[in-house]
Amino acid sequence: MKRPSVGAIVLGLIPFAAVCFSVSLWDRIHPIVFGLPFNFFWLILWTLITPLCMWASYVLDEPREGEVSRDQDGQS
Amino acid sequence: MSPTVVALSIISAIVAIGSIAGFSARFYHKMDLEQWTVGGRGFGTILVWLLMAGEIYTAFTFLGASGWAYSRGGPVLYILGYGPLMYVVSYYILPEVWEAGRRHNLQTLGDFFQSRYGRTHLSSFVALVGMVFLLPYVQLQLTGLGIIVEVASYGAIHRTPAIIIAFALVAGFVFVSGIRGVAWASVVKDFLLLFAALFIGIAIPYIYFGGIGKMFAALAHAKPEHLVMPGATKNLGHSWYVSSVLMTALGFFMWPHNFAAAFTARSGKILRRNAIFMPLYGITMPLMMFVGLTAVLVVPNLSNGDLALLTIVRKSFPAWFLGVIGGGGALTAMVPAAIQILAAATLFSKNICRPVLAPRMTDRQVAALAKIMVLVLTSGALYLAIHSAVSLVSLLLMGYAGVAQFFPGIVLGLCSKKVSGAGVFAGIVCGVAVVAFLILTNRDPWLGLNPGFIGLCLNLAVVGVISSMRPARVGEANAFSATVA
Repeated sequence: MKRPSVGAIVLGLIPFAAVCFSVSLWDRIHPIVFGLPFNFFWLILWTLITPLCMWASYVLDEPREGEVSRDQDGQS
Repeated sequence: MSPTVVALSIISAIVAIGSIAGFSARFYHKMDLEQWTVGGRGFGTILVWLLMAGEIYTAFTFLGASGWAYSRGGPVLYILGYGPLMYVVSYYILPEVWEAGRRHNLQTLGDFFQSRYGRTHLSSFVALVGMVFLLPYVQLQLTGLGIIVEVASYGAIHRTPAIIIAFALVAGFVFVSGIRGVAWASVVKDFLLLFAALFIGIAIPYIYFGGIGKMFAALAHAKPEHLVMPGATKNLGHSWYVSSVLMTALGFFMWPHNFAAAFTARSGKILRRNAIFMPLYGITMPLMMFVGLTAVLVVPNLSNGDLALLTIVRKSFPAWFLGVIGGGGALTAMVPAAIQILAAATLFSKNICRPVLAPRMTDRQVAALAKIMVLVLTSGALYLAIHSAVSLVSLLLMGYAGVAQFFPGIVLGLCSKKVSGAGVFAGIVCGVAVVAFLILTNRDPWLGLNPGFIGLCLNLAVVGVISSMRPARVGEANAFSATVA
């Protein structure tokens, strides 16, 4: 398995920026979204967006992997 | 029948079903050391998923998250923060770890250090630190189990005898079935917990306030400061949040059992695919917090926040339902405890005892010793659980602060040949010393930062300085892996 590319690593840094370093921007009650205080809403939202970032990262590196795949598929 | 009998019979039945699922796994596989610890390195997406998910839903999720939402408020958000991030970290590092494991036939965290740095004192020291910091995690599960039985018996059973019985079961369970049995018992546990979390997370705010939104509106009106950081605490503010989230996200796969779980996969790709979807599994976490927040207004003034979830369930539903929730909760304490004990016992016999005390032990003897250690370690955690009263989240943070110190040795060691065993050893010593000093002298948090994070920063600096002054000897890392650049 090859190392992740730079683009794939940048995609992984997006969730860190959104849920960790920017805390003082979103740690507040208002605006209330779907009945949730903004901080709860924001973190739940990123629980859903993070898999998308990682999936994008996977897809980005996937074509490079195809040629050297010694991986025997993973369904069990 | 009295409510106590109803609740306890249902809990026992659920625990029995979970245990049978675990025990039956052994009949299909011959149990040598390789099979017992890493499942013969043949797990596909689903079993790896179950094993790793087994580590998300623990007594901590069930009681700790709701307990902190109740007693601390805003700071509990750190759990929602690190949840997705730890899988982001795993996406990049676990396939590399798996690759090294396959190449060098590694079974434990200690094996990794032995194989990468070639120094027995380093790998034994790592194994010792890992084992010591696993104890508060096992203690957390035991304490959680005690709380469940205590509340579900309506006070009839004292928690000490209850913990002893349940952990005799856990130790027996680890003994016979090893890692594969644990993965299968996880199926029962996760199914129950998903159901329980979805149901009570929605039903409890609905019963008292008419919905989650209305519960938050009431809380925002009555106690707005509880919903943001630092909540009901004085010193768990934004700098604490950032440092704790970083330390926990980087530390999660440094847990000896989570690290070793990577070796059970059939390929590195399976680990990567798992990392993409795992964050979704944590979506029940906020529901547990909603229950804790509802309890703030409904059952105020509980002496112990960790009791909040079960107390409000007991108040709101009939005894049989408390039994279902309690049974699911008991399994969420037992399964992770089994995984953690298995990891600690294997570390001891394989990376401490054999290399240091008895180099001529065979694999078979190592496996036998690991089984004896299961009993020793379980008893150790049992002792701690009975004699201390720290909140579940605090126990977890303490363990994380210790194991996060392995991060530089593993990740820098995978990335660069220059990192030396001496540097990594000094780094872990400094990191652990800082953590122990700050926690034992009640400086947690210190300057608004998580002690584990402070230790990790110092650790990284020490590894960097020593490795650049005295780089690894030529050839030390060459044999390790072609992927070390």
